[in-house]
Amino acid sequence: MAELTNRVGEVIEASTTDFVAQCYELYQLPPLGSLVKTRNLPVELYAIVYNATTTSIEPGRRPIARGKDEASEEEIYRSSPQLLKLLKSEFSALVVGHRQKDKLYHYLPPNPARIHSFVYLCSPEEVKEFSHSFDFLNILINTNLPVSAEELISACLRQMSQIHEDRHAFLVAAGKELALLLSGQFNQLKAILVRIKQ
Amino acid sequence: MTQENTQRLGIVVSGSSTKGVEVKLDSSASVEDMVVGRYVTIEGQKRRFFGMITDVSLGMTDQKLTLTPPDVSDPFMAEVIAGTSTYGILHVSPYLTIGGDVASLIEGPQPVKTVPIHFSTVNLASDQDIELVFGKEDKERFWIGNPLDMETKLCLSMEKLVERSSGVFGKSGTGKTFFTRQLLIGTLQKGKAANLIFDMNSEYGWESTSEQGRKVKALKQLFPSKVAVFTLDEESSRRRGVSTDFVVRIGYDEIEPEDMALLRQTLNLTDLAVEAVYQLRRRFGRGWLQSTLDMKDTEELPEGLNIHENTLHNLRRGLETVRRLPFIEPHASADAVRHILDHLGRGINVVLEFGRYKDITAYILVANLLTSRIYAQYRERMERAMGEDAAPPIPLVITIEEAHKFLNPEVASQTIFGTIAREMRKYNVTLLVIDQRPSGIDEEVMSQIGTKITFALDNERDIDRVLAGVSGKSELKSVLAKLASRQQALIFGHAVPMPVAFQPWEYGSVESYKHFMLSEETEIKKQAEEDIEELW
Repeated sequence: MAELTNRVGEVIEASTTDFVAQCYELYQLPPLGSLVKTRNLPVELYAIVYNATTTSIEPGRRPIARGKDEASEEEIYRSSPQLLKLLKSEFSALVVGHRQKDKLYHYLPPNPARIHSFVYLCSPEEVKEFSHSFDFLNILINTNLPVSAEELISACLRQMSQIHEDRHAFLVAAGKELALLLSGQFNQLKAILVRIKQ
Repeated sequence: MTQENTQRLGIVVSGSSTKGVEVKLDSSASVEDMVVGRYVTIEGQKRRFFGMITDVSLGMTDQKLTLTPPDVSDPFMAEVIAGTSTYGILHVSPYLTIGGDVASLIEGPQPVKTVPIHFSTVNLASDQDIELVFGKEDKERFWIGNPLDMETKLCLSMEKLVERSSGVFGKSGTGKTFFTRQLLIGTLQKGKAANLIFDMNSEYGWESTSEQGRKVKALKQLFPSKVAVFTLDEESSRRRGVSTDFVVRIGYDEIEPEDMALLRQTLNLTDLAVEAVYQLRRRFGRGWLQSTLDMKDTEELPEGLNIHENTLHNLRRGLETVRRLPFIEPHASADAVRHILDHLGRGINVVLEFGRYKDITAYILVANLLTSRIYAQYRERMERAMGEDAAPPIPLVITIEEAHKFLNPEVASQTIFGTIAREMRKYNVTLLVIDQRPSGIDEEVMSQIGTKITFALDNERDIDRVLAGVSGKSELKSVLAKLASRQQALIFGHAVPMPVAFQPWEYGSVESYKHFMLSEETEIKKQAEEDIEELW
């Protein structure tokens, strides 16, 4: 049951390094930087959400403005219920680790996710377990993504810090790890630190 | 063991056996807590190293930080970059090492011949480490103070200390005298040696006043049965309420040409005048001084003596100065040397007070005169002991102040102190020299001083002379330069396995007296118990 409520989508595109999933409900996107997982049994893949889009289901048909005579934005959706079916929300997630035989690895799995695999938001316990090691930060720094690494890393650390009892200690430890990884790029480090300080 | 004592400081990042190792500080260790002179251990792969912090510096991973410094007013930012982007660097000089196997554990710490591997952990030395290296307070080890910023007792093997000559250096007011008192008590309690102290300022025998105006007890008050106070100035001693054992008087006939040679500078004698002394001594025998003073001019000179009038004049003026010294008499009634030897032979320490005669002429004359006679006696006894397998005399430690007056390059080859320093322990006589200007001491003599204890020194030349010939000189120099101006010292040389900066325990407090009185008592008790056991 818990798995059902945590389910946020289904894989519709996959590669070794990342996958794209579509949400079942429009706008029910997991937040930027959150940890999600999917399965390619017997391996569980962990990924971090780095991008999200909401577009028309048909690439050729762009949405048009509809609110001229409506009192509020909510009214638009209420008067045109078909909209919920004509639009779709998708998110991309960067694979940062996997679990095999109950063991957690902070590096890429042997195979990518399968199409139509369900994607779940990780539970606080899983996030805590995963964030015991900061090895995944290296993947985030070294991958070229549409969002800047500073934004993604800070968003991810902010997300993770929320489930740690001692937020400050967690963020300081992460900051120190980043300081080592970005030892020659102080400006980048500074940009991240400014974004994660409380 | 307290939390702080096991504190991890960082890891070794580079090093060489000649220059020591560089240690990158962990972020948990504040660079401001690291002080030069502190004692650390390095856990290598196969062996453990003991070393001393000799330099502390700052490092950073990105040079841009110097151009655009981060906003450290933000505590989060400051906490993150401390120990990561910016970090402290320690320079550690390893001195000793101990292997992990049983054989090396029994052997104890050995001098370092290598460096620990990369990224070995560096810890602050714990009490146990200090104990492992310097030993515990016991029958032969004497507690001299605490290593800098540590509570541990630093102990010194007194037996080893008296094996070679030693020196206490430091500028005036740094605590030399107080520490020397401590050392003397140490040799007295544990060294199995007898002390002869030429006490120029009357500080070691009876009580004196500290700079804070407090009365401080000295040897005779603490160990009345083991110490005898001899005096040159009975009146001064009586006024200060000192119970003296013997009044030293020196007869004219006891003064030898060598004594005059030593006084050449102080009495402003010419070389020819010193030369003339030897001629006169040959001619007149032991009564040469009296005979010379009796002569009015060169006409009265016996035939065969070729002394110029000016020279004789110069010499007579010098001899007059000597004669004016109140403790010099035409004929001394009692033989001071025999009395001193008699006391020393019974293991009683002798403090010779100079009272009002603080004049350097008196000091040099008396110290040299007595020492050369005593030394001759010791040599004779020692040689006899070697030949006949008799018991050698008790080791003797002669304490002299203002040592550069006796051991400067010009006179060191002539004075008996130069000989003792060089010949060292062959004849069971060693020196304890106390000086505030070590640069004035002859280099050869200095290199023969086994254990050196140095308090703060200002003068670059003094520092160089004290450290001459010591390995890792530049590192020790930085430690020495950072010593506080009072009550902190660096000890290195024969009696200690490695150099260590320390703070002598506060001498003069009631607790301090109690401490060594207590250790004295327990020893007596132990001895008594042993005797009883033997009896039964």
